Amino acid sequence: MFALLHYQFIQNAFIAGSMVAVVAALIGYFLLTRGLTFAGHALSHIGFAGAAGALVVGVDPIFGLLAFTIAAGVGIGLLGKKLSERDITIGIIMTLMLGLGALFISLYSGYAERAYSILFGTILGISQTDVLVTAIFSVITLIGLGFIFRPLLFSSFDPEVAEARGIPVRALAVIFLVLVALTVSMSVQVVGVLLIFTLLVGPAATATRLVHQPVAAIILSVFLSLTYTWLGIFFAINGTWPVSFYIAALSFGVYLPVRLFSQKLHMPAGTDIHHVNHSHA
Amino acid sequence: MKKETVISVNNLGIQLGGRTILQNVDLEIHKGEFIAILGPNGSGKSTLLKLLLGLIKPSVGNISVLGKSPHRGNDAIGYAPQHRVLETELALRARDVVGFGFDGNKWGFGFPNKKREDLINKALKEVNALHLGNAPIGHLSGGEQQRMLIAQALITNPQILLLDEPLSNLDINNGQEIVSLLARLSREKKVTIMLVSHDINPLLPVVNRVLFMARGQSAIGTPDQVLTSATLSKLYDTHIEIVRALNRIFVVGAET
Repeated sequence: MFALLHYQFIQNAFIAGSMVAVVAALIGYFLLTRGLTFAGHALSHIGFAGAAGALVVGVDPIFGLLAFTIAAGVGIGLLGKKLSERDITIGIIMTLMLGLGALFISLYSGYAERAYSILFGTILGISQTDVLVTAIFSVITLIGLGFIFRPLLFSSFDPEVAEARGIPVRALAVIFLVLVALTVSMSVQVVGVLLIFTLLVGPAATATRLVHQPVAAIILSVFLSLTYTWLGIFFAINGTWPVSFYIAALSFGVYLPVRLFSQKLHMPAGTDIHHVNHSHA
Repeated sequence: MKKETVISVNNLGIQLGGRTILQNVDLEIHKGEFIAILGPNGSGKSTLLKLLLGLIKPSVGNISVLGKSPHRGNDAIGYAPQHRVLETELALRARDVVGFGFDGNKWGFGFPNKKREDLINKALKEVNALHLGNAPIGHLSGGEQQRMLIAQALITNPQILLLDEPLSNLDINNGQEIVSLLARLSREKKVTIMLVSHDINPLLPVVNRVLFMARGQSAIGTPDQVLTSATLSKLYDTHIEIVRALNRIFVVGAET
């Protein structure tokens, strides 16, 4: 069964899959910390409209993905900080984009597989060029995230004090969402727009339940993400089911018991009479 | 004793969204003073702190903080805004939160180093919370979280502490602990403290002066000067009684 690893397309799958797994896990940690998981979800759907639009116009889907997700990322970053209002606005824009995506798909007269591959990814069918593109985007995203790491973490936790300490909180929010947009765009060929959310949220959600230190949570998140991706590809090439299914199933299969069994760790430890407030309000 | 002025405010006024929040505010705050800021909701208490931090600009008047106009990123000011309950899901230990105060505003990744750890431990010790340093922040009680935010504000060794309602989430014992911690800082380290509170009573034994704000107006002085029926009735523009009972002061008749 390991003989398959000699094939170029399988090597490409592992290389591109690993890069996507690492970047998505890192970005995912901050999405969670900033309460932006819904924005991440929306960006991937908005990316779908962009990719479908690119197909209609006859250019590579990656350009449509980048244009739509970056524009949406900047827009979401500039929206107010009030969570509820923000999510309503994002939701409304996302549904419009899904509608547009449906329109573009119906206008597109080419092969149905192209549209299908945007939705679910074609990790076993990516070229050397795709690998190179993924590598470039990964490096850009990692350098960007490394540069804003500390202020981003601080402003995710406490935007008001961060601003008082001289951090450009708004600009950071926009830059971060552009990095999310890059991650979504580069991930589409691997896991598709419907399942990038799995790699963005699954590993980070599991990791933050298990450890309570940012760097440890990020390392664990990357480890889980790589494990799901490698196992997913490995199962897929030795079976008949799609990679995306395996990755999603693994992610859920690990999160569920962690969620159930870490529950008791999350009881408030304080002795305040107000400690009732600490449960999820 | 010569008093060193750390904050001076002249004829300050600010309008936000067409509404006058503050007008004609004049203040001289001295080094090591402990000031309680009181007043009803919406009277501009938090706005005043934000003006001192340079987060917003005044419409009229001058502010000078340590001889300069207010600006963001001032290490000489420690700030803890109105506290909200922190989420249990955050993958952050208490010491990570304190560490933000030290290098959270620096670009790049930042590697662990001894100087940073020492400063965090010192700040934790300052608020009697060294033993809680490795606990996840979301697992701490409201009082413990508040102490961590004060430790975060203290880590740069600020000359001024601006605290917005640090006592509001706390029960009496936790509140007393924070108050005596702050009193010690202002007494021993000559840290100037401006603390917004709903209730003067826990602060009465320790404050030097009270700044009372209502309807855009303000009055500053010792508790005995400001917390009088005459002063407050003028501020609120309605009759206010001060009731002293059980060693406590109650403001009665004010719509708060």
